[in-house]
Amino acid sequence: MTDTPRSQAAAEIELERLPEKPASRSREILSALLANKLAVAGLVVLAAVLLVGVFYPMIVTPAETNQVDVASRFLPPSLDHPFGTDELGRDIVERVLVASRVSLQVGFVAVGIAVVFGVPIGLIAGYYRGAIDSVLMRLMDILFSFPAILLAIAIVATLGPSITNAMIAIGVVYTPIFARITRGSVLVVSEEVYVRAARSLGSGDGRILFRHVLPNVLPPVIVQTSLSLAFAILAEAALSFLGLGVAPPDPAWGRMLFDGRNFFGQAWWMGFFPGLAILITVMAFNFVGDGLRDALDPKQKSVIESRGQST
Amino acid sequence: MIAFIVRRTLQMLLALFGVSIVVFALIQMVDGDPIRIALGTRFDPELYQRLLERSGLDRPLLEQYFTWLGSAVTGDLGVSFRTGQPVTEMVLERLPATIQLALVALLIALIVAIPAGIISAVRSGRPVDYGVTALSQVGVSMPDFWAGVMYILVFSLTLSWLPSAGYVGLFDDPVAWVKHILLPALTVGLISGSIITRFVRSSVVEAANQDYVRTAKAKGLGEWGIIRDHVLPNAWISIVTVVGLQLGFLLGGVVVVETVFAWPGLGRLALTAVESRDFTVLQGAVLYIAAMFLVVNLVVDIVYARLDPRVRIG
Repeated sequence: MTDTPRSQAAAEIELERLPEKPASRSREILSALLANKLAVAGLVVLAAVLLVGVFYPMIVTPAETNQVDVASRFLPPSLDHPFGTDELGRDIVERVLVASRVSLQVGFVAVGIAVVFGVPIGLIAGYYRGAIDSVLMRLMDILFSFPAILLAIAIVATLGPSITNAMIAIGVVYTPIFARITRGSVLVVSEEVYVRAARSLGSGDGRILFRHVLPNVLPPVIVQTSLSLAFAILAEAALSFLGLGVAPPDPAWGRMLFDGRNFFGQAWWMGFFPGLAILITVMAFNFVGDGLRDALDPKQKSVIESRGQST
Repeated sequence: MIAFIVRRTLQMLLALFGVSIVVFALIQMVDGDPIRIALGTRFDPELYQRLLERSGLDRPLLEQYFTWLGSAVTGDLGVSFRTGQPVTEMVLERLPATIQLALVALLIALIVAIPAGIISAVRSGRPVDYGVTALSQVGVSMPDFWAGVMYILVFSLTLSWLPSAGYVGLFDDPVAWVKHILLPALTVGLISGSIITRFVRSSVVEAANQDYVRTAKAKGLGEWGIIRDHVLPNAWISIVTVVGLQLGFLLGGVVVVETVFAWPGLGRLALTAVESRDFTVLQGAVLYIAAMFLVVNLVVDIVYARLDPRVRIG
């Protein structure tokens, strides 16, 4: 056969098309997701929180929400101040809205760190197997041997309390989950015909990993991302509540609870509303994560994993 | 079975070795001289020298690690930079409070989760199922410390039914013990219960879809009889696993809640150590919590293998 190189190239092109999800598959997933009322509710809430987080601090700057107004201290919720005011007379609804930016930012950056480290570790471990797999996964197991929040606290305590270190700590804590999930899927995907075919056609490892394996292990990673965002927001709130996260005076939900904890007895609204904001946002991420999982893999049962580690 | 236990125990010891490296690394990552930081304004050259010699922080890294590990294995975790008290002693003083809290919380979780999960599964798609699912979603998404603060607001400050903080020994005054442990245990127990509820529900739904259940139905057995004799025994295995894992998480995860309720457990010890930058105490508390977590997981795996023979062959 004289035209082997050409037919090989043609086969390569064919192969590259295969693992890509056809448009109908994405539409299928989307319509399954949209049919799930809880997931839609979650998406709506998240869109609202995102919009507020991005744009509200442009309208009302964090500095403005820090304006002290002693005359209006500890005002209970009213039309003027729907969530009441705090011990310095600051409007709580404004601070809760402005704080959404920090909480989301910490969540996204922390989970981003976990994905950026965890997914490649899982890809390499699952693809090459053998010694490198054992070494990488044993390392991940070690991180997994700590209760998540405790490890995050220990890391922040050592690096010093700051918002950056909180993001690093939460990211490190969640790296093993992404490594495990990715590795598990890679083990399955590597045995698929198209991967074996690509290998026998002489595609390099890097090409196989990124063109053929990665796209097919993304669904579980996406689901885990949504559930991990829920955890990351809870973890950030816990760290800030312990005084190990966001520094005053800028508002973050956990920080507001930390600052107000001596006043909850006389002004319940100081403790109630920031916590409610956390609860609603976390619930929205959980709904979307569960909905995505059901949409991507209808066989799987919704058993929550995001929270397992954090309690 | 013996081979399985031996293999899993060796794996656990390996993990524990890894944990010890991370815990050891913690103190190395501190920016600056940990003893100087811990002593702060109370700096005294003589005390400093004594602590330095005792902790061996001036020796080469590997030597430091193996000396530390050697002592740790024999139960010596060094002394607190703050008080000079042996760390192991401090940790063991706090351990009972954490174990009590975790066990009572788990009890509450089970009392809530098992009936709720079963009813939710049996009445799948009915209003009671939606109710249980909605409540468990709230529980899963709730910040534990916030729940604790809210309980304090309602039950301590407003209704004055229960104390908002503190600890009384079980054998000193059982009634006061119950009063003090109730709120912190409810705080973590209900959250943990929400996770277990979801798990019980899906395990029961899965077991109820098996062929033998259909056969039992065809034989004309009553609904609750089928659930008792055919569904639950099979759903049980995975429920035991998740309950065991939850106990592990509870032992380590009550850190924040212990702080809210001033509960004198390991978590609070770790946090006070963080605040006072007493790194050896932090190391000790983290090491103990992680070790308990690993041991609980080992026991869960062995129980799981005992219940389900397929696991130990794999």
